[in-house]
Formats: sequence, C-alpha cells, structure tokens
Amino acid sequence: MDDLYRQIIIERYKTPHYRGHLDPHDIFFEDDNPTCGDHIEITVQVEDGVVKSAAFDGHGCSISQAAADLLIESIHGKPLDEVKALTKDDVIELLGIELGPVRLKCALLSLKVLKAGAYGLGKEEVSDALVE
Amino acid sequence: MPKTPLDIGLIRADFPILNRELASGKKLVYLDSTATAQKPIAVINAMDEFYRLNNANIHRGIHTLAEESTAMYEKARQQIADFINASAAREVIYTRNTTESINLVAYTWARANLKAGDVIILTEMEHHSNLVPWQILTAERGVRLEFVPVTDDYLFDMDAYRELLKLEPKLISFTHMSNVLGTINPAKEIIRLAHEAGALTLVDGAQSVPHLPVDVQDLDADFMAFSAHKMVGPTGIGALYGKMDLLQSMPPFLGGGDMIRTVHLREFVANEVPYKFEAGTPAIAEAIGFGAAAAYLQNIGMDAVAAHEHEMTEYVLERLAEIPGIKVFGPEAEHKGAVASFEMDGVHPHDVAQILDSEGIAVRAGHHCAQPLHEMCGVQSTTRASFYLYNTKEEVDALVEGIYKVKKIFG
Ligand SMILES: Cc1ncc(COP(=O)(O)O)c(C=O)c1O
Repeated sequence: MDDLYRQIIIERYKTPHYRGHLDPHDIFFEDDNPTCGDHIEITVQVEDGVVKSAAFDGHGCSISQAAADLLIESIHGKPLDEVKALTKDDVIELLGIELGPVRLKCALLSLKVLKAGAYGLGKEEVSDALVE
Repeated sequence: MPKTPLDIGLIRADFPILNRELASGKKLVYLDSTATAQKPIAVINAMDEFYRLNNANIHRGIHTLAEESTAMYEKARQQIADFINASAAREVIYTRNTTESINLVAYTWARANLKAGDVIILTEMEHHSNLVPWQILTAERGVRLEFVPVTDDYLFDMDAYRELLKLEPKLISFTHMSNVLGTINPAKEIIRLAHEAGALTLVDGAQSVPHLPVDVQDLDADFMAFSAHKMVGPTGIGALYGKMDLLQSMPPFLGGGDMIRTVHLREFVANEVPYKFEAGTPAIAEAIGFGAAAAYLQNIGMDAVAAHEHEMTEYVLERLAEIPGIKVFGPEAEHKGAVASFEMDGVHPHDVAQILDSEGIAVRAGHHCAQPLHEMCGVQSTTRASFYLYNTKEEVDALVEGIYKVKKIFG
C-alpha cells in the first residue's frame, strides 16, 4: 500500500506542476473514465514537430491525476512521433508502481487522451487499444 | 430501538466467505452488500445438491429428474411469492435481475399501452436501471418523463409529487430504497396517491426486498422488481412481481420455447402466466438458490433483519460524524437503510477504497449507477459502505480506523 501511495504520487496529486489549459494550442483532447467519472483534458503546443509546451486539466483519483502530471512533464521537448509511440509501460515506469486492472485504467486515461489528440482522432475512434 | 434479537455470531457462521483472509493478512470486512450480498451455506448447498442429484431441463420431460427439477423450480417460485406475500406463485416471473424486470415492463406493458405524450413519473434518485429503459421508450414513443425531486433532507418530495400527479400520469416507477442515499421512500402512500390519480406503479425493490419486510399486497404495488443476488441468493436470477390481471393482459416479452402454448409456422399462441414471460431454458439452479435465499431470510425474519440494520445505520452515522472532513449523503437514520455514501475532503473515493482495501475492508467507490443523483449532490462520485444482517459494530469501528489511515496517507 505504502508502495502504491509513493510520496511522488501524493505530491503530484496535491500540487501538480502542469495543471492548466494552454491557449492557443495545436492539440486538444478530452475524455472520461466511465466507471468512475474521472475526466482529463490535455492541451499541447507543437513547434517543428516537437512538443513545446503541454498541460492537463480535470479531476479524478490520485493515480489518474499524478499520472497525467508526470506524463505531461515527460513529453516536453519530445518529437510528436515519439509521443504517438508511448505505451502503457511508459506510464507504469513514470509512476513506479504495480497496478491492478481497475487502477490501471485510472493511470492510463491521460495517455489515452494524449495519444488520441496526437493522432487527431474523433471521439468515437478512441479505444483502449491506444494504450495497450 | 429494542436490543437486536439477531445472534450475529450464528448468522456469520452461515456465511463461509466472512472467514476469508486477504492477501494483506487481514480478515475480510465486507461492506458492499448493496452491490451484492454474500451467500449462506443454505443457498450454496441448495444449488450444489441440485447439480449433484436432480439436474434436468424443466417442464418438458417425463423422466424422474425432469419432474424433480420442475418441482424444485416451481417450489422456489412459491418461496419467493411467500417472501413478498404475493397472492399466488404465478404472479412471480423469473427474470435475470431487477434491470431485466424493469425492462420487461417497459417492453411489454408500456409499449402496448403508452402513446406519445403519455406521462411516466420517476424520481431523481433512481438507479440507471430505472432511468434508461424509460429514456429508450421516450426516444421511440415520445412518452414524457417527469421526475419527483429529492428534498434538501434527501427525501422524496411529496408536495412536488402531488403536483406532478395532476398531469394524469400512466405510470409511477420509483425506487423503494435508494442504493446511494439509503432513503426509504413511503411506498404505500406513493402507490395510494398514484392509484387515486389513475396511474399504475412499478416499485424498484432491488434494495427494499433484501433489507425490509415487503408485502406487495399491503403496498398494493402493481409491479415490483428485485434481484436474488442482493438478498443472499445467486447472481443471474431476479423476479418481477405483477398483479395477475395485468400480467394476463400484457403481450409476451421474448419469443421462443416455453413461452408458447402452440406454434405454427406463421403464428403462435402464448402460454399462460408466468411462462408467457419466461422464454427459453431458464437459470434453473439459480431459481432454486433464489428460493433457498428467500426461505433463509424468512426463517430469520425480516423484522429482525431490519431492526439490526437500523441499529447499524444509527451507529455508522454517529461514528462517521465524529471524523472531520467527512460528509455523508442521505437522510436521518429514521428514514434510511444501512448505506453510508460519503465524501472525504481532498481524497478521491478510489483512493479511499484502495486504502481501505489494504485493511481488508471492501467498500465501493464511484457513482453507484446513479449519476444524475450524484450530479444533484454536487459530487462526481462517493465512497459507499453498506451493511447487511451479518455485519457488526466492530466492522463499523474498523471502517472508521481505516478512514483515519486514509487521512494519514493524504495528510
Ligand atoms: C435501487 C437499485 N435498482 C436497481 C438495481 C439493479 O440491480 P441489478 O443489477 O441486479 O439488475 C440496483 C443494483 O445496484 C439497485 O440498487
């Protein structure tokens, strides 16, 4: 348990570094986790195919919010192609914890939103396949 | 309240799962009976024995096993009818669960009797299963939905209801007990007023039938929907109670075997009630388990169950009130079943539930299939602890200690 609630997760949940909404932005996407109502929106500014700045907003449990904050931090300065290639393992590594199937969905919501935005998908095209 | 007449130690001994230890080495504290109840040995054995000794398909066989299975399946229907005091076993239709029971009424009675503009009254505290079937009907038929609000005290708004009845509704479909607030609605009065206004009533009994003494004749309910799994029975089976004349007047639900009297290539004659509504091979072992569950609860006595749960409700509300930063949604104990849905300052319900789980305490986090109600309460989701006949005050104490651990971690 004390593993699951590592200090960094509690800290990023309470005081996220990248919470906000960028305007103007090149990428915007939002989605919910229907089982718990968690919500994440992501805005990204891209310059020459590289992430110049990014932010997230939304609400949810500590895992979903800390994962979003750490994920956004990790993509600053990254080529968009690398962002598109991110996987579930990248998020698990960022969090540094083992997660059961339910909490994994919380952790991966921000990646799903980010990749859907990066690929320019429509709402109906979003699926868990994006983060497998 | 008189001292509880239940011997909780004896009751707990009937439920093998309550002795289980979890990976954390903690003993299970099961506070999620509103989602599904645990099962006593009597129910587990009834189903196990059926498969070991009697198993055969019902209604169409002459051989011994088929006769035994049919008799057991029908005996269970009688046990369920007795449990809710239906005037005849035939008024109990087997379904998969409460959700299917409500859909049965929406697809048969409502589609045969309602037209565009007809009014159905629901409440703001409904489970999704008593909202979505009517929303589908609205999209298809132009039926109009109206909602009885919830008062500031989390009660059914009787005054608003009386006003809505002036719209000459055709049906009032309402939950007898809210699975989030615990609010126990005054069903008898709601039904009396509905009948005065010329409307029929469908009671969502998913929470009331397991936890309160329910007498469909005394309530004068036209329909009552409930699930076995919430009343110590198996999953996969539920019931719709309906008054005989109504059931007889309704068209069938699903088409297929068992629901017919005769079939020709281009037409069929429907079977009699209740078989008319039971197409295909049903959940036979589950029906038998359902009957055993009803008999188990009836033997203990629902007055005693309700009295024990009332004591639990008072105690959990008192203990949660001691903790700073906790807000419980729902009415005073007097009008409330043993459900405590709460919000905790600065901590998401998922995190609360996860930390409680590490202490062996099973609670539920989410919107509990009542999103509109959560919107009304101004929250996304809540943590819900719910109690049944086998829960103890010590388990409430464990919950409170667990909540203090959450506070420490999120400090
Ligand atoms: C008030 C209420 N109605 C309906 C249901 C749906 O029951 P089931 O899932 O067994 O169909 C529930 C279950 O949570 C409930 O609490």
